[in-house]
Amino acid sequence: MTSILSVKGVNKRFGGLQALGDVNLDVAENSCHAIIGPNGAGKSTLLNVLVGKLIPDSGSVVFDGQSVLGRQPHEINQMGISRVFQTPEIFADLSVMENMLIPCFAKRDGAFKMKAIGAVFGEKDMVQKAKEMLSEVGMLEKRDMIASSMSRGDKRRLEMAMCLVQDPRLLLLDEPTAGMARADTENTIELLKTIRKERGITMAIIEHDMNVVFSLAERITVLAQGTPLVEDIPDNIKGHPKVREAYLGEAQV
Amino acid sequence: MTDQTTQPSVTSPARASKGGMFGLSSKDTTLLLVVFAMVVLAPFILNPFPEGSGLAQFNAGYPDLMQRFVIFGIFAIGFNILFGLTGYLSFGHAAFLGVGSYAAMWSMKLFTLNVIPGILFAVIVAGLFAAAVGFISLRRSGIYFSILTLAFAQMSYALAYSVLTPLTGGETGLQIKNTDNPILSNIPEGEIGRANLFGAQMGNSYEMAVGNWLFTFNLGYYIAAAFMLVAFYLSIRIFRSPFGMMLRAVKSNQQRMNYTGLTPKTYTLYAFIISGMYAGLAGGLMVAMDTQVGPERMFWTASGEVVIMTILGGAGTLIGPVLGAGSIKYMENILSKINKDVLHQWFAFLPDGLEDAVVVFADIFVGKQWHFTLGIVFMLVVIFLPGGLVEGAQRITARFSRKKSSNNTPAE
Repeated sequence: MTSILSVKGVNKRFGGLQALGDVNLDVAENSCHAIIGPNGAGKSTLLNVLVGKLIPDSGSVVFDGQSVLGRQPHEINQMGISRVFQTPEIFADLSVMENMLIPCFAKRDGAFKMKAIGAVFGEKDMVQKAKEMLSEVGMLEKRDMIASSMSRGDKRRLEMAMCLVQDPRLLLLDEPTAGMARADTENTIELLKTIRKERGITMAIIEHDMNVVFSLAERITVLAQGTPLVEDIPDNIKGHPKVREAYLGEAQV
Repeated sequence: MTDQTTQPSVTSPARASKGGMFGLSSKDTTLLLVVFAMVVLAPFILNPFPEGSGLAQFNAGYPDLMQRFVIFGIFAIGFNILFGLTGYLSFGHAAFLGVGSYAAMWSMKLFTLNVIPGILFAVIVAGLFAAAVGFISLRRSGIYFSILTLAFAQMSYALAYSVLTPLTGGETGLQIKNTDNPILSNIPEGEIGRANLFGAQMGNSYEMAVGNWLFTFNLGYYIAAAFMLVAFYLSIRIFRSPFGMMLRAVKSNQQRMNYTGLTPKTYTLYAFIISGMYAGLAGGLMVAMDTQVGPERMFWTASGEVVIMTILGGAGTLIGPVLGAGSIKYMENILSKINKDVLHQWFAFLPDGLEDAVVVFADIFVGKQWHFTLGIVFMLVVIFLPGGLVEGAQRITARFSRKKSSNNTPAE
């Protein structure tokens, strides 16, 4: 299996705190890779490095043969990495349909294009593409709603659809079920499973909820104090002594 | 700057892509045609009271004021493209108005007294200036952006007032003098040239008397009105375009834009330049109408005025800025002319003591105190109608149509 994202020897310090220490990680193409770890393990820092929000002190991050270091978030997105946030980041004042159309235009026209005269809804291809994606996630009948008026679960669903409509090569998910009710969590897991199965999109998930991780991931990296502890398939991670230690150690403190 | 202001009229192009003209939806076409009719018929609409009647005081159908309605309408339409769509509050837009005015003035002094080149020149120069100011100011957002634009405008004002006197005429400003001899216009020695459109002068008017009514059709007004209609039409197109949608995305969530592969700053900069060009157009038209300009046109109160116009009418709506500009200019010119003598005439039917008391009270709101009335109106609108006058109109229509048939869904 070829790796699409390869992190090598990444270090990041914040003052006296070693947030990431010599992180090595490979995400294989067409797989679902989870990164787990107790609070403060450096999961979010790692994610921010991947999307260009933070620049590591040393090491390399290569996506599809190109370094992502020093690139702006919008450039990294244009390379094919889409990100789902912990709290859904959508265009809350715009309609669901417009929320879908914006990523469609971004994918087709690039970071900036001056199209100030033709009407949005005259772009039949884009509208068609957005509608198809909306019906795939079961939100087509909500397309005229203002995004802010939807439930949290629907906002999450919309955000994922916005990422997916760009056909990303890699989908980064930052605790996609954080703060969700049981039913919404189950729905989200189902949605992610379907996406994974039908579209074959490579995913990297950062997650707290073990239930989510074990039902989705094909490979798991356990991070503790900024360093990868173990990397293996889910079945081997479950009973791994080092992992128990990391989590139980946290519980005892 | 809250999300409340964008709601009604901009969110619903979804189902309306057919049935209209000029590349607009049928709803937008109707709006454009209504505005067109009102602008063309303004000399009638604004002069509803017969000459010599007590209410003639409220007639606004004279050329000077009508010109101001449409010119400030353009200014506010342009401002709304920046503020209404992206939420970036510029507090220095009068600088672009002023720069446009000076540019048009010099075009008339040096090249030709035809207004068209002057107006085009104004738009271009204001656009370039806006590009420079926007490029620097957009390094910050929120209040810091507003302060940066304010600082630029006040610097422009101060420079025009002092150091740049050879270019701006300093305190007295610029007028066309009998020494000016534009190379493309033949002005007889010693005569003062007049602004014209291919020979027809801006001041040309046709007066029509119908009974006691007098209607004035002024060439200058109709030229400004034609520009305003084009400006309004373009703003509708921008609102409905992918570019307009991106601008609303800027207001809604810049983080998501970045992670969707877009550059919100570039979009905002272009909106800033376009709205600067609208301001330049307004400035150029002002010079075309009265061939004079002074630095006070760039003073910060002038920048504040366009903010108030836009919010009063309804930021983020299509027609709101035009309504806002119209109401403020109406109050400024009509309310301010009502003085104590006029009030005494109106209330002459009351017993003497009561008449005096009523006049003293009413005088608080009119004449030089018209700003006080504007302040009250502005406060009421912001508190009760956050979407401006447009929201007021929408609420009235909604109530009206609900009464007519209860099965109908309420208007958007």
